[in-house]
Amino acid sequence: MTLPGSLDEAVAALAAMPAAVPVAGGTDLMAAVNSGLLRPAGLVGLGRISEIRGWQYQDGHALLGAGLTHARMGRPDFAALIPALAAAARAAGPPQIRNAGTLGGNIASAAPTGDALPVLAALEATLIIAGPGGSRREIPVGHLLTGYEMLAPGELIGYVRVPLLHAPQTFLKATGRTGPGRATASVAVVLDPARRGVRCAVGAVAPMPLRPLDAERWVASLIDWDGERTLAPEACAAFGEYVAAACIPDPAPAPDGGEPGTLPPAALHLRRTVATLARRALGRALA
Amino acid sequence: MTGSGGMGGMTGMAGIAEGGATATTVPAFPSPGHAEPTHGIGASLTPADAEAKTQGIYPYAADLWAEGLLWAALLRSPHPHARILSIDTTEAARMPGVRAVVTHADVPGDAAHGRKVADRPVFASGIVRHHGEPIAAVAADHPDTARLAAAAIAVEYEVLEPVTDPEQAFSAEPLHPDGNLIRHIPLRFGDPEVVGEVIVEGLYRIGRQDPAPIGAEAGLAVPRPDGGVEIYTSSTDPHADRDLAAACFGLAPERVKIVVTGVPGAMGDREDPGMQLPLGLLALRTGHPVKLVATREESFLGHPHRHPTLLRYRHHADADGKLVKVEAQILLDAGAYADSSSDALAAAVAFACGPYVVPHAFVEGWAVRTNNPPSGHVRGEGAMQVCAAYEGQMDKLAARLGLDPAELRLRNVMATGDLLPTGQTVTCPAPVAELLRAVRDYPLPALPADDTEEEWVLPGGPDGAGEPGAVRRGVGYGLGMVHMLGAEGADEVSTATVKVSAGVATVICAAVETGQGFSTLARQIVQEVLGLDEVYIAPVDTDQPPSGPGAHSRHTWVSGGAVERAARMVRTQLLQPLAAQFGMSAELLTITDGKITSYDGVLSTTVAEALEGKELWATAQCRPHPTEPLDESGQGDAFVGIAFCAVRAVVDVDVELGSVRVVEMAVAQDVGRVLNPKQARARIEAGITQGVGAALTENLRTASGMIRRPDFTGYALPTSLDTPDVHIVKLVEERDVVAPFGAKAISAVPVVTSPAAVAAAVRAATGRPVNRLPIRPQAAVAASG
Repeated sequence: MTLPGSLDEAVAALAAMPAAVPVAGGTDLMAAVNSGLLRPAGLVGLGRISEIRGWQYQDGHALLGAGLTHARMGRPDFAALIPALAAAARAAGPPQIRNAGTLGGNIASAAPTGDALPVLAALEATLIIAGPGGSRREIPVGHLLTGYEMLAPGELIGYVRVPLLHAPQTFLKATGRTGPGRATASVAVVLDPARRGVRCAVGAVAPMPLRPLDAERWVASLIDWDGERTLAPEACAAFGEYVAAACIPDPAPAPDGGEPGTLPPAALHLRRTVATLARRALGRALA
Repeated sequence: MTGSGGMGGMTGMAGIAEGGATATTVPAFPSPGHAEPTHGIGASLTPADAEAKTQGIYPYAADLWAEGLLWAALLRSPHPHARILSIDTTEAARMPGVRAVVTHADVPGDAAHGRKVADRPVFASGIVRHHGEPIAAVAADHPDTARLAAAAIAVEYEVLEPVTDPEQAFSAEPLHPDGNLIRHIPLRFGDPEVVGEVIVEGLYRIGRQDPAPIGAEAGLAVPRPDGGVEIYTSSTDPHADRDLAAACFGLAPERVKIVVTGVPGAMGDREDPGMQLPLGLLALRTGHPVKLVATREESFLGHPHRHPTLLRYRHHADADGKLVKVEAQILLDAGAYADSSSDALAAAVAFACGPYVVPHAFVEGWAVRTNNPPSGHVRGEGAMQVCAAYEGQMDKLAARLGLDPAELRLRNVMATGDLLPTGQTVTCPAPVAELLRAVRDYPLPALPADDTEEEWVLPGGPDGAGEPGAVRRGVGYGLGMVHMLGAEGADEVSTATVKVSAGVATVICAAVETGQGFSTLARQIVQEVLGLDEVYIAPVDTDQPPSGPGAHSRHTWVSGGAVERAARMVRTQLLQPLAAQFGMSAELLTITDGKITSYDGVLSTTVAEALEGKELWATAQCRPHPTEPLDESGQGDAFVGIAFCAVRAVVDVDVELGSVRVVEMAVAQDVGRVLNPKQARARIEAGITQGVGAALTENLRTASGMIRRPDFTGYALPTSLDTPDVHIVKLVEERDVVAPFGAKAISAVPVVTSPAAVAAAVRAATGRPVNRLPIRPQAAVAASG
């Protein structure tokens, strides 16, 4: 177990002991260790790296440290900057988990139900990866989550660059209970008035967040960006249906040209849930 | 000195059971203006271990340690149904640090065990019948070594098709030499030809609730110099577990001792014999203490669950809504082994019509064997499943007749003197109508629009996706009943010893404190009888006389009765000589705060002085009146007593997402007598919470017999945000004359009743049938969209 004080020291520690596993909040990792699923040869603790526990501003973007806890992101000052990420952080579990769990850990674990992930996907965030010898490279968050680009051994997620859009954003999730729980579906909607865009991502219904690009473009074209920026409830509802149908498509027609199958009831309910969440998320963003 | 137990012999005792049969009801709870005593019966005494438990320094079995202890691990079956072709332990036994590996071949005594029927092997030999069934156990000097060695045991399986649909169990190949039908009860009561003017039918499914004790199973087995073994574990039925262990080890019961440690949560059979038995075997084999602490996953795999149940109902009523006939089919999925399934089935069949007067009833009940996870005793078993179904039927009938659901129920509720469909007359208090009226007339919680003071927690939680415009509120009722004590001829008996020396009383009774509050109650009883404040409750082991299982809230009755009787015998021994000395009868003497005084004040001395350095001991038994098994048509006086409860649930449903939040549960309960008000409230709140879990989230899901998510992420217990406001509207204190102190069981009946009430409220909010528990979100989406 080593406790480096800077990002480069942490990368060096990983290089010195390639079998070691980096640990930040440990809310996923240590549960796996405790249940005997994982027995890492060593741990590199990231908790003492103060440079990644806060955020800074960089030409219209926020550079978020990977060590930001959910509790920190849930506070009002952060919520004023990136409202959807704050909402996701507040929904991410009971206080004990939010106090320990980090933004970087959420990305590295890449659990389908990770609450920050659809928000980062909708924001088109960029990851800044620290590598050996002080090197830095950038990966779009979607590339990492889809496995298009991977972290090399010894690399660490250092920062997450997120655009500051100065417009409403929402994150909504459906769970099985009123108390904290894993999402059965989640939807993030962000408005980007500068680019006259609406960006949406759906979490928990697939291994990685899904972006319904056609639905985004269609709804953005309906919005009067210079005026009231409101939509009729019917348009929000249609957006919800559009998003849901894109994320949970109808079964493909049978190859012999027969009747296409129908979705099982559970999938239909999931589609209805996504439609409702997307409609509400857009409605709240435009309210 | 032993007082043999008389039948129902608790009546006519002076003092405590004073005015035994008089019906007193409290208007509200706690009754305003009524000063609560500080000790004895009726006081809200704090449990002696409360402080240690809240500070986290109270030791449980998982905290135990012994010099030179070894760690055990179990190899469990990864298949729900398979033939074991071979087990090769050589690789595991060769691993450094491994001290013993045991399989079915190493069981010296009876290879099979079970609560009612010995049908379950200690280790699977020929056939594996459920996912997680123990196959072998390892003792090693480190827990990781033990786990790795268990994984290194090579087992060759021929995987068989599992029988997971209980309806297929009838026609499937027998899964066990005993066959697939564990019990069938065809209850026949009245005239089968009768037909009602109105008929409603329904099909109901109840899921698999897990007791999910907060502390997983753990134990420490220590070999004894005499060749026996002591097992330290949080057993709730230590004597039965000892007998089972002794038979398995091939030892006389005297050579095996179970020492009961702190119980970290028990909602049924607390410990899993599938763990204690291997533990004892390993200790005997190695000659070392052996410890085992189950992981959460093992805990879910090993211990018994609530019976998943399929129920078909047909209710006949006349045009006024009076029930005419009930026809029902009840199918309990017992899982791989019988366990206590026959008891659960008896309760399900006997209470199939609920606390209603039903002149004609025809109920077919079956408990069948499948390759699903084993079912067993979980609080309110059998009674809870049928309650959800018969209350669903009552709602359906009310809707058909255009009647208010509470009004329809009031037209049918039973009272003392009515018959159960088993032909048994309800002789105990049955204030069902009073309970229902109490919850019906209790003011409804304010709608959020009318109450701006409190923040409205929407379904989905604070910061959740809930939208006020999509939320509908629903109100529903549930009436439930559950029997107290073992049924159908079970020999219900408990023995207790009370000792007094130097002004301190000690209680020795093998009734396990499972969190139900028995040790507090025993202190209160002794305080009441002997007037001594300082009462010590001895820890439990099997060297003490048996008290039976901590189930069916029986300890308040049988063990409480035994403690009271023993305390009275000590009192007599203490006062008799004094009274004789002063030429008066002992009844004229009272003891309060350790001082003995006579009615006229002539005599005044302390208990310590009166003892003159002596110790007084007395042992007594309590054995309630016997019951009889249900006969081949489901008839018989099978139950000692019945407790009733009415619950009104108020829920908010987001009818687009199908998310449900229970806002409030109003409870009125038939308790006989409140012995400890604070404890009574805690038991009811706990029961309601467990019922809310069963109604909304708690379902241990399986796929082809495999448990899918054996963890607390997959198995969602209610959190504090899911737990509603529980309003105890009324506790009806109508004394049950045959019960000690007139008190009835408190814990089980709220669990039985609350799921039905929640389902009824969701039905009212959504207009959907809600015939499945737990209620899935897709079933709570409003019919219109």
